[in-house]
Amino acid sequence: MSGLQIIFILVAAVTLFSALMVVTVRRMMHAALWLVLALFGVAVMFATLQASFFAVIQVLVYIGAIAILIIFSIMLTQRVLETSGEQIIRNWWLPALVALVLFGLLASALSLWRGFGEQLVELPAGVENIPALGKALVDPAGYAIPFEVASVLLLAALIGAIYVAIDRKEKAK
Amino acid sequence: MTFWSDPFTVVQQWFNNLLATIGFGPIGVRIVGMLVGIVILAVGPMLFTIFLIWVERKVISRIQDRIGPNRVGPFGLFQPFADMVKIFIKEHITPRGADWLPYNLAPVLAVAAVLMVWAVIPFTVTFFGVDLNVGVLFIIAVGSLGEMGIILAGWGSNNKYALLAMFRSVAQLISYEIPLVLCSLVPVMLAGSLNLNDIVKAQEPWFIVTAPATAIIFFIVSLAEIGRAPFDLAEAESEIVSGFNIEYSGLKFGMFYVAEFLHTFTVALIFATLFLGGWRGPGAEQYPILGFVYYFIKVGVVYFLLMLVDGTLPRLRIDQMMNLNWKTLTPISLAVLVVFPLVDKLMAGSPTWLRVLALAGSNLLVLVIGERIGTRRLARAPAEVGSRDRPVARPENVLSQPDSGAR
Amino acid sequence: MIPISWYLIVAAALFCIGLFGVFVRKNAVGILMGVELMLNAVNINLIAFWHYHTQVMANPPQISALVYVAIVFIVAAAEVAVGLALVISAYRRRQTVVVDDMNLLKG
Repeated sequence: MSGLQIIFILVAAVTLFSALMVVTVRRMMHAALWLVLALFGVAVMFATLQASFFAVIQVLVYIGAIAILIIFSIMLTQRVLETSGEQIIRNWWLPALVALVLFGLLASALSLWRGFGEQLVELPAGVENIPALGKALVDPAGYAIPFEVASVLLLAALIGAIYVAIDRKEKAK
Repeated sequence: MTFWSDPFTVVQQWFNNLLATIGFGPIGVRIVGMLVGIVILAVGPMLFTIFLIWVERKVISRIQDRIGPNRVGPFGLFQPFADMVKIFIKEHITPRGADWLPYNLAPVLAVAAVLMVWAVIPFTVTFFGVDLNVGVLFIIAVGSLGEMGIILAGWGSNNKYALLAMFRSVAQLISYEIPLVLCSLVPVMLAGSLNLNDIVKAQEPWFIVTAPATAIIFFIVSLAEIGRAPFDLAEAESEIVSGFNIEYSGLKFGMFYVAEFLHTFTVALIFATLFLGGWRGPGAEQYPILGFVYYFIKVGVVYFLLMLVDGTLPRLRIDQMMNLNWKTLTPISLAVLVVFPLVDKLMAGSPTWLRVLALAGSNLLVLVIGERIGTRRLARAPAEVGSRDRPVARPENVLSQPDSGAR
Repeated sequence: MIPISWYLIVAAALFCIGLFGVFVRKNAVGILMGVELMLNAVNINLIAFWHYHTQVMANPPQISALVYVAIVFIVAAAEVAVGLALVISAYRRRQTVVVDDMNLLKG
């Protein structure tokens, strides 16, 4: 077993454990902190796949923006420094069963794929072609339209979020 | 001669040969070399901070017509060591009800987030930690880890003042991250690469000449990111209880303190790399040690500017801070990002000096127009903070708010 | 090196954990966190397949997977922004973030 495999197993274990903590832990704030750890584990996994650009973007977008947003909204929607009651529905075993069955189905379906047992070899340096990605995102023959639609979606989400969350109490007075 | 022109490579080769003679294989040499490099890049800045603290205190006290530390050692040079000893022998306190792991992890994260930036900075031609192909993004991403440290500190302290201060600090950091990212994209566009080495090599002339307005905005935003004087309202010590770190003492507080000083210096490093040409200078390619010297002279100048601003400017109000960011800096940065490639495309065939002149002119023009629009709107509608008819500090108002109950 | 199956299994497990979270959490923010985990699992898969296809065929550069990942990032950011705005807005009106209590249409 090579060093990279050991690193992968450690990272995968940490990621999956913190993901489990995210969905089960009682205090929402702790769940958010575990979520940060899980997201960081995913970023390390991207790095082991030699996608360093997306590893960094993962840290930047998920930990730097999304996790902080989640933490802020947890603090805003909770009486500060106080845990509320039970956080998980009473008969949790049914979803657990569903998730386990789905996992079994996914694993068996994946194992039917012909490339399932193949090894990933180390790619030559510079194969993660960021200039090519950038050009493809603005190339009309490439992915310009999906990219533009996504950016319009982002703008709409920005304005919509402000509109939904704004406190209109002041104006009513 | 080779040693004096390029000590870094020579020492590295000597060290590798030493390891090989001891009996390490090639992989072992590489791993041990990496570990030693990490230790050097982590410990070096920390020791350097001790000196920085002395410099900062001396300069600020000169500005304020004081003498500053002058008791321990020549010119008070050993004062930080005395402070360090004091901090080291203090008791480790974890307040009751604190969230143990976040509380103790926060100082570590704060320091680590700053130190990780040093891993990608090219100090000279041959001396840098990692030649990362996404260096600029890495610096910004690591900054967001520092925000996580602040969040952990504010939450873990189990103290509402720490929590509120955390909200203030993180709101400021997140807001100013937007112009920071937009401004650091301009050197990336000019160099055509996210790699810091490539950006330094592409600076012919320096990017502060090509994009002066962007450099100015980047400098202002850096001030906000480190929480220095005009933007230190999140932990204004003369008005409110200090920031998210009020529950920390002893070594844990010391780590926040070190992180703050080191962050200031690191911001100067980033500025010098992105806009002042990094290690570039006459003869820097042949003699890497010269590049190292040039680099630290440039960084020193930026650091001194940061200190001057810190020592002389009054503090902003929170609405002024947010207005400055959202109504002036962010739109100008966005406009620069639109205008810059356009001018560059128009000037594609012209000689270099004309192209640089056009880029710099367009850049400054955007800044001037944006600043005019921004200040005119501010002058028309002066912001009013608080309320005139209901001063909040009077007890009858606090106790008998009409809509304080459940709606 | 690492077999591709490991990545796929980890991603599948992460997806199922996220799904479990979406089902069992009472808190609306918790449900959003589960969704984030599921999106991350998808991204692991996409990047793993990108690596696999690049090693099978490096030329021309395999861009589609990376574009897809970028768009997943954008959608995740938009989803979280709007979702959390809705949660905060609902909290302001109903003083709760428990989805079982948001039953205004129940009659």
